[in-house]
Amino acid sequence: MSAPDGRELRIVGFLCNWCSYGGADTAGVGRFVQPTDLRIVRVPCSGRIDPLFIVRALISGADGVLVSGCHPRDCHYAAGNYYARRRLEMLKQFLPVTGIDPARFEYTWVSASEGQRWQHVVTTFTSRIHDLGPAPRMTGGNGYAELADIERAVQAGQGCPCHLKEVRS
Amino acid sequence: MSVLQELKEQIRAALPELDMVLGWEQGFDALHMRPLFIRTEKDLERLVLNPLCVHSLATYLPGLLRGAGNDKKVGLVVKGCDSRAVIQLVQEKLIPRDRVVMFGFGCNGIVSLQKLEAGAQGCSGIGSVEFAGDKVVLSAPDTKVELPFAEIRSGKCETCRYHNAIDADHFAGARVEEGAVPAKHPTLEEFEKLPLSERFAFWQEQMRRCVRCYACRNTCPMCVCRDHCIATSRNPHWLTQESSTAENFMFQMIHVMHLTGRCVECGECERACPLDIPLMLLRRSMNGVVRELFAYESGTDPDATPPLLTYQVEEETINERGW
Repeated sequence: MSAPDGRELRIVGFLCNWCSYGGADTAGVGRFVQPTDLRIVRVPCSGRIDPLFIVRALISGADGVLVSGCHPRDCHYAAGNYYARRRLEMLKQFLPVTGIDPARFEYTWVSASEGQRWQHVVTTFTSRIHDLGPAPRMTGGNGYAELADIERAVQAGQGCPCHLKEVRS
Repeated sequence: MSVLQELKEQIRAALPELDMVLGWEQGFDALHMRPLFIRTEKDLERLVLNPLCVHSLATYLPGLLRGAGNDKKVGLVVKGCDSRAVIQLVQEKLIPRDRVVMFGFGCNGIVSLQKLEAGAQGCSGIGSVEFAGDKVVLSAPDTKVELPFAEIRSGKCETCRYHNAIDADHFAGARVEEGAVPAKHPTLEEFEKLPLSERFAFWQEQMRRCVRCYACRNTCPMCVCRDHCIATSRNPHWLTQESSTAENFMFQMIHVMHLTGRCVECGECERACPLDIPLMLLRRSMNGVVRELFAYESGTDPDATPPLLTYQVEEETINERGW
């Protein structure tokens, strides 16, 4: 199934090798229909996911990021998803201050046998991202032009904004 | 006996046991103090203590105390926020507590030179600064400007709840009473009223100005990776050398994420920023999240477990979203 409006968006998924990746496989084997916007990165455990992976993806042009690991109490490495839960929740609550819509990032738990649930997660998340549309990109080059302005001001004896003007003895 | 005299006496008594004591001295003019490394009693004479002593001296500690076979003992003068930085470093086992001697005092807040500059418009060549109660008097050869201290106080002091150095080995002067402060900083409160798109535009503009001089990182007492910082490493290659708004923003995100549950809100990053980017907005927001989710305040307890290095099987504050 292609995207609802015929245009694909870029969604990055970080999936735990032991459960969600298997869950996605189960969904595939079961021939459950899924949207195709998701690009999957397989990781050894949701505890492997540095919150910066998600930020990097969002800044580099992903329209959404989905993280999925083992259900709590089911981690292959006993406790990886507990640590992940803290980090991911921290990131989710921090995102609003940066102006990135926290709805573009979601984390959830899907086990290897839950093909149907995986289909539900992907479909819901993809349609949410489609409702939000493409993510705004951080553009605008660098501030070097402004530095040239500052240099001109300093040469003209007006001082620059980073130092105190005329207060030095 | 003034606080400074008392402090000097305490340092004089402790100095023979220590390799050095870090304090502040007068810099190139009356407005600028600079860090002072006291090794002898003669150096001690240059020690000053006033609200212009802005630097967090805790930043030097990991570098001074690092290394096998290093048995240096270092003392330092600490404000409340600096003492939190020391405690946080001790908690992370980055410095040994028994080789650090903290000389604390009751801090009434420090000056923001940006605000002082704005307040002292037209006052040229300031020769001396006097702090009298809640007033600051700036004297120049031909003018005198009087400013209320609250107006030029650094933004971080508005929500400070640690005026007195925590866990200080020596304490000079009287303790400052901790007044009631707003739980959320007014600047963050204002900022959060903006819609997401405006916040994004705000950071886009701020990050466009960033020149990635890394002053915020180098002055941060918690940034201890130094040469191994992932922002300047080629492997892993998190950031390109390209100077673009998105890369600058990513650098700041690295800084914030690596300070989760560690930042003591000393405000050094914002103070050091040559372009006055309001970095503390990000820090305050993150610290708010940590307080809310984990009921944790960094740099207050050397024996606490950092919130991201522990977990509960059932998290009371994290809502398991039903899918």
